Amino acid sequence: MEKFEKLSGIAAPLPLVNIDTDMIIPKQFLKTIKRSGLGVNLFDEMRYDREGNETPDFVLNKPAYRGAQILVTGDNFGCGSSREHAPWALADFGIKAVISTSFADIFYNNCFKNGILPIALPQEQVDVLMSDAEKGANARMEIDLEAQTVTTSDGEVFGFEVDPHRKHCLINGLDDIGLTLEKAAAIDTFEARAAAERPWV
Amino acid sequence: MSAKTLYDKIWDAHLAHEAEDGTCLLYIDRHLVHEVTSPQAFEGLRMAGRFVRAPDKTIAVPDHNVPTTEGRENPEAMTEDSRIQVAALDKNAKDFGIHYYPVDDVRQGIVHIVGPEQGWTLPGMTVVCGDSHTATHGAFGALAHGIGTSEVEHVLATQTLIQRKGKNMKVEITGKLRPGVTAKDITLSVIGATGTAGGTGYVIEYCGEAIRDLSMEGRMTVCNMAIEGGARAGLIAPDETTYQYIKGRPHAPKGGQWEQAMEWWKTLYSDDDAHWDKVVTIKGEEIAPVVTWGTSPEDVLPITETVPTPESFSGGKVEAARRALDYMGLAPGQKLTDIEIDTVFIGSCTNGRIEDLRAAAEILKGKKVKEGMRAMVVPGSGLVRAQAEEEGLADIFREAGFEWRLAGCSMCLAMNPDQLAPGERCASTSNRNFEGRQGYKGRTHLMSPAMAAAAAVTGHLTDVREMT
Repeated sequence: MEKFEKLSGIAAPLPLVNIDTDMIIPKQFLKTIKRSGLGVNLFDEMRYDREGNETPDFVLNKPAYRGAQILVTGDNFGCGSSREHAPWALADFGIKAVISTSFADIFYNNCFKNGILPIALPQEQVDVLMSDAEKGANARMEIDLEAQTVTTSDGEVFGFEVDPHRKHCLINGLDDIGLTLEKAAAIDTFEARAAAERPWV
Repeated sequence: MSAKTLYDKIWDAHLAHEAEDGTCLLYIDRHLVHEVTSPQAFEGLRMAGRFVRAPDKTIAVPDHNVPTTEGRENPEAMTEDSRIQVAALDKNAKDFGIHYYPVDDVRQGIVHIVGPEQGWTLPGMTVVCGDSHTATHGAFGALAHGIGTSEVEHVLATQTLIQRKGKNMKVEITGKLRPGVTAKDITLSVIGATGTAGGTGYVIEYCGEAIRDLSMEGRMTVCNMAIEGGARAGLIAPDETTYQYIKGRPHAPKGGQWEQAMEWWKTLYSDDDAHWDKVVTIKGEEIAPVVTWGTSPEDVLPITETVPTPESFSGGKVEAARRALDYMGLAPGQKLTDIEIDTVFIGSCTNGRIEDLRAAAEILKGKKVKEGMRAMVVPGSGLVRAQAEEEGLADIFREAGFEWRLAGCSMCLAMNPDQLAPGERCASTSNRNFEGRQGYKGRTHLMSPAMAAAAAVTGHLTDVREMT
């Protein structure tokens, strides 16, 4: 997994609440057996019309935001289906961080497995960042994962919380499975004990 | 020993490792797998030279993509990409030696219906699947939740999941339900009250008299939609109803192991003085048959109400409601019972079980669907379908003008050919009314099977209490 340390990039404003994973990547694109190539279909039904032409009003179609690496969005981003195709599509498009007041649990988890940093902040701070994002390509937002800060283009700094284990994995680009397999002995011990206590399982 | 919730007890019984920073490895008892969220995980295993640690605890079934029309075993019934996904699952199941129910097996069906039906899901277990509706299995007092594909790979390789413990939320439904009110109305009403993010970070335990009175099918409907309320998992403590359902199922414990299991299962309840981080209480008598009007499962109202005005909400929800009404083609003040529909879908992991089909058939007996209506019943599994045929329900559906389909996820997420066309409006027993969920620009109203059947007859959203 690609490491995430610092990011300075354009932030796209998407001020809708309850953006679900069906909106992020509609089901017709789930019929793939690969993880890559989904970026072109990110937000497909908002981004294109039925004939496949770009919808000019949609934020990621505007020239200023085509290279956005950060999304600033409304509450409860990523709700609904557990499809990891959602973070795959975001990552493939080039989004490396999403900022909202809240995220759905499964989506939040899935982000970290794909090098994306989801940042939850209070409403008033998200409002400031949303306004900053609306400035377009001239404004670059900065995210420092080590320091756990987001800095607006005006230099205003907000701190954010992140689970220490997830932070460690993201900064070092670590593979979860490899880390867990280092604890194979603990799993073996647990499994043997559980098999004795609950043999019907 | 301090008092514990049911969630605490299951968590403690599955904690395989806890790191100094509080990161936990939770051991997984059952891993359910389907064709859409697993190919990349198996590919990952192969690339890393890893194997499935516990194939005996891993159960696979294709459900999302499969057509539900006759002749589907013919490869040409599927689009090429669907065929590739199903073929990949076939191969992965064989290569890694996991339990498998292929498309032509009568036991095939929606993964969350097959698991309980075959006795794979048991009280006190940890159950995961690369599907958010894994919450369904919580009805057995199992800790069950959806995971992403990277986590599917992690569970395949290690039989554990990296977790942080969630918070405890109690949702109590007191008293008795009124006639015409079902498990679906309970679960939608809870989401209406708490919102789609109300359960984020929590595991919900549903309790109270109205929950106790539900059958296992009803309990599965309630837990299924815990995820729509933001909670990864919903739980109901096991009781006699649970044990009766499980006993004799193919993979349920037998003989001495049954007694041993029962002994443990009977300890699986929340202690009286357990700590709850959040408590929601709803009076069962006050729950009405409900429908959704918008594009979020929290957009719930009793069928007797009218479409709300966006300004009646606050914050970001005002704009969301405006967008939803525009998408749904509805105007504020319109009576919900005046909303005309052209499609009815009865099925899904929420409402594709035998009891759901019985409830719908009860309404449809001796009646016909409104002319021009497209109505379909998609049983949740081949065994549900067989039972419904034996009970004469299939005949009632066919005579009423419903299509009687084979088992699968079908129009719940429209990954197979069962889809809404732009502008079509569906009374659906599924779980999500998101934009485009049942087809591009399709419009979904969520409701119970009886309510969907009533709408099929009248051609508009209907109060089922007026049908009897």
